[in-house]
Amino acid sequence: MTDSTAESRPDSAQPVVSIRGLHKRFGPVEVLRDIDLDVKPEEVVCVIGASGSGKSTLLRCVSFLEIYDEGRVYIDGELLGYRETEKGLVRAGDKEIDRVRGAVGMVFQHFNLWPNKTALGNTTLALRLVRGLSREEADKRGQRALEKVGLGDKLHSYPAYLSGGQQQRVAIARALAMEPEIMLFDEPTSALDPELVGEVLDAMKELASEGMTMMVVTHEMGFAAEMADRVIFMDQGEIVEQGPPRSIFVESNNSRLQGFLETWKQRNALFSDH
Amino acid sequence: MDILTNLVNWELYLEYGPLLLSGLATTAYICALATVIGIGVGLAVALLSASPVPPVRWLCRGYIEIMRGTPILILLFILYYGGPEIGLRLPAETVGVLGLGIYVGGYFAEIFRSGFQSIPVGQIEAARIMGLSSGQIITRIKIPQMLVLIVPPSINQVIILIKESALLSIITVAELTKNTTQMVNETYAVVEPYIAVALLYWILIEGVAHIGRKIEQRIKV
Repeated sequence: MTDSTAESRPDSAQPVVSIRGLHKRFGPVEVLRDIDLDVKPEEVVCVIGASGSGKSTLLRCVSFLEIYDEGRVYIDGELLGYRETEKGLVRAGDKEIDRVRGAVGMVFQHFNLWPNKTALGNTTLALRLVRGLSREEADKRGQRALEKVGLGDKLHSYPAYLSGGQQQRVAIARALAMEPEIMLFDEPTSALDPELVGEVLDAMKELASEGMTMMVVTHEMGFAAEMADRVIFMDQGEIVEQGPPRSIFVESNNSRLQGFLETWKQRNALFSDH
Repeated sequence: MDILTNLVNWELYLEYGPLLLSGLATTAYICALATVIGIGVGLAVALLSASPVPPVRWLCRGYIEIMRGTPILILLFILYYGGPEIGLRLPAETVGVLGLGIYVGGYFAEIFRSGFQSIPVGQIEAARIMGLSSGQIITRIKIPQMLVLIVPPSINQVIILIKESALLSIITVAELTKNTTQMVNETYAVVEPYIAVALLYWILIEGVAHIGRKIEQRIKV
């Protein structure tokens, strides 16, 4: 246990995710600059910002799909990806990384389902191989997860025979079946046809209302306004503004945020005219 | 019928049939063993060429390039005639199996490598974040999807291998071409041996192609 987590304990519950001084560079480009962020249990945090603002990279650091250069990411109070030693941080072993990020579920923009497995197969593979459940137990749990996202009748369908919205809901069920403490959503509706966005957002809303802790990188301002406990606006690798939806979408007069929202409104006005 | 009896001396087949068939059997089993070695070596090299350690990648790349860039005959000569100089005295058949296996491994490695690369990285990330090990990702996610892509070129490669195995006659392996040459030398007949050998290679290769088609049908989802 480290000092930073101990400090945040007394008054509130321990944050599920705790980020301190996070930096990430791709070559000469600094994609994340000194990010500090706590996500409390049952909190829904939506991250907005233009492409290239670093929001997806932030999420990928929280799942250690991206190896961060500087700073700390804690999941449930445990350091992710590194071990603290006297000489500084040392990369942790794969087993250790897997153990810490076992608490993290992730949903990707492009679903990333395994096409050689059915919906149920996708949902149960890790339950059997990683969690060591028997096929029966895994199937039961996988089926429950798929029913929860409204796909109880598609258990044995292969991804190729499912719509984009259905595929993304399978991906949500796949992450959910592992019973994570936090779900990360990386632009979960950006690759979907407009008429399919609703069903995925509905599944996410249900999760949020049941108290799932969520970090959502999204361009769906409606979802952020309605469901977020906190909205974070990122620009050029920094958290520029954060707060409850109202303070971000209505009250803030930060010029970078307003510039971003203005662009977004104009684009949407263009679409809603037709 | 007169022409056929005059042109082809059928009695030769009675006498030399067993020799040709034993040559066919030798060709078949040498190629089968070489294929097994080639697939093993090819899979290992394909996996290692994605290694995070640069020298390992260079070695793999070098192996693939050398195997693809030099004639198989040279490799066989080196093993068969050069081997004894470094104390490696192997029977001709063993040299044949090893030589063909190592050689075809370079081609299999390329086939497998392109198969692995065809799997979108997102699928691997999804597996990694759920805690699947590298081995599990290879056996449960990569290979099942690769099969559809790699079976047709692999079968092709085996067919080429069978044809190239004729070169083993030069290092005295008693395979189909060698035994056919023996028949030619002993009988001074030319038409009968070469018609027979063409037919026997064709049967073997058709057999492999047939098995390939069956596998393709099975793995298609």
